[in-house]
Amino acid sequence: MIYGIHWDLHSPLAFAISILPILLIGMKITVEATILGFLVALLLGLVLALLRRVPLRIIAWPTAVAIEFLRDTPLLVQLFFLYYVLPKYGVTLPALFTGVLALGVQYSAYTSEVYRAGLEAVDRGQIEAATALNLSRARLYRTIILPQAIPRIIPALGNYLVSMIKDTPVLSTVTVMEMLNLAQIIGDRTYRYLIPLTIVGALFLLLTVIASTVVNRLDRVLPKEGVPLR
Amino acid sequence: MSPPAEPGTAPDEIIRFEKVTKRFGALTVLDDFDFHVAPGEKVTLIGPSGSGKSTVLRILMTLEPFQQGRVELDGISYHEPGGKGPFKASPRHLREIRTQVGMVFQGFNLFPHMTVLRNIIEAPVAVLKIPKEEAIERATGLLDLVGLADKKDAYPRQLSGGQKQRVAIARALAMRPRVILFDEPTSALDPQLVGEVLNVIRDLAHEHDLTMLMVTHEMRFAREISDRVCFFDQGRIAEQGAPEEIFGEPREERTREFLQSVLG
Repeated sequence: MIYGIHWDLHSPLAFAISILPILLIGMKITVEATILGFLVALLLGLVLALLRRVPLRIIAWPTAVAIEFLRDTPLLVQLFFLYYVLPKYGVTLPALFTGVLALGVQYSAYTSEVYRAGLEAVDRGQIEAATALNLSRARLYRTIILPQAIPRIIPALGNYLVSMIKDTPVLSTVTVMEMLNLAQIIGDRTYRYLIPLTIVGALFLLLTVIASTVVNRLDRVLPKEGVPLR
Repeated sequence: MSPPAEPGTAPDEIIRFEKVTKRFGALTVLDDFDFHVAPGEKVTLIGPSGSGKSTVLRILMTLEPFQQGRVELDGISYHEPGGKGPFKASPRHLREIRTQVGMVFQGFNLFPHMTVLRNIIEAPVAVLKIPKEEAIERATGLLDLVGLADKKDAYPRQLSGGQKQRVAIARALAMRPRVILFDEPTSALDPQLVGEVLNVIRDLAHEHDLTMLMVTHEMRFAREISDRVCFFDQGRIAEQGAPEEIFGEPREERTREFLQSVLG
């Protein structure tokens, strides 16, 4: 995808300006991978956290093992597994999707722990009151427990979002053209690594700062007692 | 053909505990416990902490299972034949029982992220399937009853403890229970706020059809509103009777000691 784009090697500044559009394309991929991966992590993590709370050991126990497994094996191993092993069984995904899946699945193990802590932090009295009022289990989670858990888990989820942004370069190992991959290609072609890598570092900083600002803002705006879900 | 009546259930009993044993691990909280309440009766449970008073309420509300014996609500056993899990009953059966019972907690347990009105209408709308407008109308009436009509849009954090507990009472009443359980409703309140809550409970005590069970340390109040006072000691009722008897001339030494310690 780099063919047809020319870089200007006359001065460092001209070089930086000429490669910035390419790196911004990479940043778009980075942002897409993060957003999709984080959505997977948020949803799958919630499912894992709820399964782990099911009073049946035959469900809760394997869930706990799966979470532990996902947390304690490297992201790169999981990514390679999905990328190289799944096609052997007929599952072939575009590289970006595989990357998103790997990011999402590993981070779902982290987010499930965040959810678990958030759910457990909801006062027992709330559950007892809901029981006394005969609310169904689904209703209890939807209108009482989750709304109160959300403001407590936002900061921790925010940390994982930032962390996931910083993990996206791993996707370059399976040919996803994200920022770092592009910077490296530019470096390989021009033998100049300083400027592309510096720009990539700065763009990552920009992304993480934006992400943590948004999360902090959200944390301040959401009512501490809980977010009513209708 | 009606099925044969369950043995021993008299028609004038709404609550019946028969030889109930409840343990938390090695600790026996209720020991071969018998207890009966007539419909509409106002019963106060007193006694030292850990004597099993609150456990009786929590069993009735299906918040705690029990190991042995039989508990009935209006002739319906809490345990089902072949029932599974700690409660030895299906979730559906437990939900059926809960439609008859309401509970007011020591710690209020209002939902902090909902307005007062929402706290009250949540369950009637979700569980009883009452149309929202009707639920709001009834909730407004109940808030009137507890003297908080002007607080319907407030959040729990904006209320005093006494106001919170009055909302909690309105919330429990909104489900139209036949039995209402008060678990130390004033114990978490500043002394100057106890009165407003007791006033509401006093009004309720005049409701002829409502069966009331209350665990409390407010002895004067218990004496005033109860039909019967039960003194608990070590997982059993050590002595029970009309308030005049229990407070006036207790027969048991343990009762006398306890009353002396709390009345000073």
